[in-house]
Amino acid sequence: MSAPTAAEKIDKVSIIISKGSLEGIYPGLIMANGARAEGMEANLFFTFFGLDAIHVKRIEHIKVATVGNPAMHIPTLVGALPGMSAIATHMMNKKMDELDIPPLDEFIEMIGDTGAGMYACKASVDMFGMSKDDFVSQVHDIITVGDFYELAAGGQIIFT
Amino acid sequence: MTTATIAGTAVELNDEGFFVEPAQWTRDIAVELARQHGIDTLTDQHWTVLEFMRKEYFEKGTGPTVRILGKSSGVSVKDLYQLFPEGGPAKTAARIAGIPKPKGCI
Repeated sequence: MSAPTAAEKIDKVSIIISKGSLEGIYPGLIMANGARAEGMEANLFFTFFGLDAIHVKRIEHIKVATVGNPAMHIPTLVGALPGMSAIATHMMNKKMDELDIPPLDEFIEMIGDTGAGMYACKASVDMFGMSKDDFVSQVHDIITVGDFYELAAGGQIIFT
Repeated sequence: MTTATIAGTAVELNDEGFFVEPAQWTRDIAVELARQHGIDTLTDQHWTVLEFMRKEYFEKGTGPTVRILGKSSGVSVKDLYQLFPEGGPAKTAARIAGIPKPKGCI
């Protein structure tokens, strides 16, 4: 494996998390954490159902989607049976634990400790009738789209 | 691969500046490399991390990630980022500790 040479280095990433399923949340968190580990600046912007990832009560109930998710390789009607999502989530959490990937609440705390910025989308917060008290302490602020673009200036934006 | 002289010792470094042969490392080298990465003084906490990096590398064949450092080195993730403010704590600590770049995503 050789080092990147001519290509311009990435110094900063701003990652948008817009989905509230386990598989919708983890990739963005892993990328933000990885960016900090590489010495880059990183911001996370949670919007729509992505807000569940920073919601004090909902963070413990994040599940894998077993319906409408062909990569799960189970028939949609089977995926819709009561408890299927819980079973799939349990299995995936177990696998991730074996790989030393932290549970969501611990991961959010860790990413806060890396110095990454965490923000909630104002439009979504208003829509769901939430307030700053609903979010984990690592969330810096509730910001507008305009504020987000200002924060993201000069870096790469990743939408998940 | 290049040969560099750090603190009076010739060492082999790869293209990214990581040690190829961790046995060539000395504590004087660590002090010099730390300075190059903006760390003027290596504190006891720095040494705890550096020694943990080397121990893990020799035991497991790869240096620890930030997650493992935070869990097992006795230094918190928050402190790690303050101790090694440039270039990411695990990567920078690996450079200073004279071991190859740690592999791992978390």
